[in-house]
Amino acid sequence: MSVLVYIEHADGQVKKTSLEAISFANELAEKTGEGDVVAVALGSIDSGALASAGSAGADKVMHASDDKLTAGVIQAHASAVAAAFNQSGAKTVVMAKSSLADAVAARLAIKINAGLVSNVVELPNTDGGYTVKRSIYTGKAFAETSLDTENKILAIKKNAADLKTDGADAQVEAFDAGVSDSDFAAKITSTDRATGDVLLPEADIVVSGGRGMKGPENWGMIEDMASTLGAATGCSKPVSDIGWRPHHEHVGQTGIKVAPSLYIAVGISGAIQHLAGVNSSKCIVVINKDPEAPFFKAADYGIVGDAFDVVPKLTEALKAEL
Amino acid sequence: MNILVCITHVPDTTSKIQFTDNNTKFDTTGVQFIIGPYDDYALARAVELRDQTGGKLTVLNVGGAETEPTLRKALAIGADEAIRVNSDPKDSFFVAKQIAHYAKEGGFDLILMGRESIDFNGGMVHGMVGEILGMPSFSPVMKLDVDGTNVSMQREIEGGKENLEASLPLIAGCQEPIAEWKIPNMRGIMSARSKPMNVVDPVGDETHAEAKSYTLPAAKADVKLVDPDNVSELVSLLKNEAKVL
Repeated sequence: MSVLVYIEHADGQVKKTSLEAISFANELAEKTGEGDVVAVALGSIDSGALASAGSAGADKVMHASDDKLTAGVIQAHASAVAAAFNQSGAKTVVMAKSSLADAVAARLAIKINAGLVSNVVELPNTDGGYTVKRSIYTGKAFAETSLDTENKILAIKKNAADLKTDGADAQVEAFDAGVSDSDFAAKITSTDRATGDVLLPEADIVVSGGRGMKGPENWGMIEDMASTLGAATGCSKPVSDIGWRPHHEHVGQTGIKVAPSLYIAVGISGAIQHLAGVNSSKCIVVINKDPEAPFFKAADYGIVGDAFDVVPKLTEALKAEL
Repeated sequence: MNILVCITHVPDTTSKIQFTDNNTKFDTTGVQFIIGPYDDYALARAVELRDQTGGKLTVLNVGGAETEPTLRKALAIGADEAIRVNSDPKDSFFVAKQIAHYAKEGGFDLILMGRESIDFNGGMVHGMVGEILGMPSFSPVMKLDVDGTNVSMQREIEGGKENLEASLPLIAGCQEPIAEWKIPNMRGIMSARSKPMNVVDPVGDETHAEAKSYTLPAAKADVKLVDPDNVSELVSLLKNEAKVL
């Protein structure tokens, strides 16, 4: 038996969130005695880069290198992961939530007749059953969910596992993904992705600005702080609604939910809908000139002050320290 | 075009989340229920597409009688008829089975719903329905245009977007900015009263998962305020106390 992990890659590297999923699977396999951790990777990527997934705890990587699988066509990936599942003899599939993994997980659940739990935040409890803790109400609560099926899929949230980094290289084996033309009926015609920047949903540190920034022309100081910290930039809903910042930076209930180690909010009042997108952060810093801003109640650290004064000073102090 | 929109009946986004019965049930005291915000985007786009191409727009919810006001609101916004699958769903698999059954019966060209519900946040139902029906499924979709049977879509991906071409029939889980939310007008509200509300029985009872109990996150300690003239203190707290730098 083994635990199968669906991993994603970008720019020739396995994504960090996927490596976290491997580490999660590694702990899971130890706990349940499910044996090896087998990762499944699709599309063009160097096998050396895949072997390095061993450091996170993978014993083996099944690789279908067909270049048609490089772009994440949902149906094709679901079929390929189902093929890997059947060939590996696994009963459990783990994956890190993403825009692609979520879509693949749902189809896979039907294909392999598996119970599926999403937004998993920690290892399942296997004492006299199989209970999974998942985040619900957009991070405002948790549900202990019992899973009654033989085959299981766990789609995990960021920070559900500590990243293991000391494993040996994994063995990489080719496998036949068995995809058919009908799996590629939908065509991805182009992608428009910010390159070089830290991606918001996966970032370890996020710096966000709100209406208190007064206009898009003032975002330079947010970006300065973000680049000092190696952080991604985000914004509140009003800011993306007015078009000061692109929609993919909108953090909140109906936008991107982030779970960084450090979330710095500048000039954001902290409406409940925004908090819903950040409440899984480990540490929250709020900078706002209004001491009554509700965000301070959700913050670990705060500065009551003018962003235009505080942010450049803080960036300088960070530069001096890092 | 024959369009199905599946909606959820969920607590308003400003609701205080609490549980009763020894933390096994959601506490509805004082909670206002709404159409799921993502479902609202799907519905708004469906109304636009129905108005463009003609045809019929059906709205569906899997839930008890308490969800009917939410379905009525969808009728007021512009749906032509409603289906309520009378049950208390335990998991997304059960919901997907119901939707797939009635979607097949209705022969829909396009099935839209929100990318996820805002209560359980699973975001899995559209994909499951797609797989059960053998239709392609896409999510989260932020743009969707139909020309004959050709559909062009934009899907949000990490740090950007992906442009897609596909053919009807298909299923999409929607999010902003696919359309602007529509607010029902008086005429809509009046006409909603006489539109059909079909209550049907669920098919099968298979479930895979069930929420057994609930917990709330640990209360947050009070914020530590740092003087704006002493920002280096914040840096040292982040480094030495929070250990996040």
